[in-house]
Amino acid sequence: MSDSTGLLRNSFDSDAARMRCKQYRRRILDISQNVTALHVAPAFSCVEITDYLYNTLMRRDADGKFEDVFIMSKGHGCMIQYVILEENGYITSEDIDAYCTPGGILGAHPDYETPGIHASTGSLGHGLGIATGQAYGEKLKGTDIGIYCVLSDGECQEGSTWEAIMMAGNLKLDNLVAFLDNNDFSGLERMSEGHQAFYPLVEKAEAFGWEAVEIDGHDEEAMQAAFDGRKGGKPFMVICKTVKGKGVSYMEHVPIWHYRSPNKEEYQQALDEILGADR
Amino acid sequence: MRNRFADVFYELGKDDERLSIIVADISPAGSIAKFREEFPARFINTGVSEQIMIGMAAGMAQRGLRPFAYTIATFTLYRPFEMVRDDLCYQNLPVTIVGIGGGVTYSTLGATHHAQEDVAIASAIPNMSVIAPCDPNETEVVTRWCATQERGPVYLRLGKAGEPDLTADAPDPFVFGKLRCIRGGDDVAIISYGTIMKIAVGVADQFEAKGESAAIYCCHTVKPLDVEGIRDVLARYKKVIVIEECAPNGSLAMRVQQIGFQDRATCEIDIFTLQDEFIHCYGSHEDILAAHGLSISEISSKLGLS
Repeated sequence: MSDSTGLLRNSFDSDAARMRCKQYRRRILDISQNVTALHVAPAFSCVEITDYLYNTLMRRDADGKFEDVFIMSKGHGCMIQYVILEENGYITSEDIDAYCTPGGILGAHPDYETPGIHASTGSLGHGLGIATGQAYGEKLKGTDIGIYCVLSDGECQEGSTWEAIMMAGNLKLDNLVAFLDNNDFSGLERMSEGHQAFYPLVEKAEAFGWEAVEIDGHDEEAMQAAFDGRKGGKPFMVICKTVKGKGVSYMEHVPIWHYRSPNKEEYQQALDEILGADR
Repeated sequence: MRNRFADVFYELGKDDERLSIIVADISPAGSIAKFREEFPARFINTGVSEQIMIGMAAGMAQRGLRPFAYTIATFTLYRPFEMVRDDLCYQNLPVTIVGIGGGVTYSTLGATHHAQEDVAIASAIPNMSVIAPCDPNETEVVTRWCATQERGPVYLRLGKAGEPDLTADAPDPFVFGKLRCIRGGDDVAIISYGTIMKIAVGVADQFEAKGESAAIYCCHTVKPLDVEGIRDVLARYKKVIVIEECAPNGSLAMRVQQIGFQDRATCEIDIFTLQDEFIHCYGSHEDILAAHGLSISEISSKLGLS
């Protein structure tokens, strides 16, 4: 399957996607019990986005390795990326166990050349610039490799992100796709309360030469429809309305869960809610 | 210097399709204009947007290309500093960032255009190599090295135009990371790099006029520094002088003093750097250097030669 840009896609099964996302969230919750601080909520807001990227958009070679490229520009969301890379054999459960400990290879932000990691991020406003260079590089090489990037809404306050948006638009990089994880939370306050001029987003992206759509970022069928409807010829921005901490009632929209790990009771409640959802 | 860089880049770029140049709204000098005409896809102008210039260079390098980022030194290093540090150096990518008009070359434009701390700042970043050739000939071999190296990011500090040839009779060839003797001598050694080398040559001439034999060493690779080479020079000469177009903090001069202190060197060490201040002075490159105390006459006077 492919959209009008020629970027191929894998087959899509919404029930399978929902099951995967439950298991990813469960795995992240499990990991959270071994470390005092884990970016659970920022990862939960982009579980469906990252699942759709890896399991539907990104193609694999004969060995099952991803051919297309993914950059988690909101580096603090990387736990979902680690879990998917673990599932695909890029990193091991021992690597996950050694998260943020001496001798381990995984930190709280993705590190370039860790297996499956295509850019060091963590400082916001870097990922899309790198992705733009990668997309242009692949154009120069004449390949059909797609470059995928997940941005936070907060990092779209960085001027560097807009330099990248403008340049990718200038270069008409139709092999570049950005998902904006629009969870409405920056460090200090809700974006929608403190930064009203940040909106509207679709119009801004379009004005900068991108094709853009706005969807529910926890609905992979909506993502599928967005890609089905893609016109092509331009970089594509999928602005995803998301919920920080999605799936766990006490985490949703509560800033402390940006960085806190749940205690034992909270863990059990979270697990019940995640696994019990949509039954 | 700028033109020699362009000539070499163009020649190498004809055969190596990985070579690309990303500029931030700076008009392509010399053969870069030719490169742009012949290989438009490999000439990218990001406009007045230096952060994306560096970010794109990083991304292109990650996909196997060999990009050069090219603009005025302040804008290649200072404006996009975190991209230089995180995207290029932390990820250790073979990207050359070319700083045109390093030091106080842009002498009429004020301190907004003076990269007077560039070498110190670039040297402070892990993985970064810092190279500042002293004349067009050295620029040629350095550019060739930058275009073919795989070790990581490079800050290539160039002058602008009109620099004299100073290395035609150099006893040593350019070797990355090695101090290069460009003029032999026995009594005094002058260490310098970059376009201020012509002042170093003038000071060496003053020593010769007084009957003292002065060697000149070009420390083109400020990082990684040839510590052994510096050590040898400190042991071999009774007087070692560093002349440098860089602010003192983090300079080569400080490093030479440090090595001398660690080795308990017995030679005299005299250092001449830019001042740690913004000097509101406009004029020729020589005028600004002189305002910082960096002229043949001022240095000679301080060294007791006149």
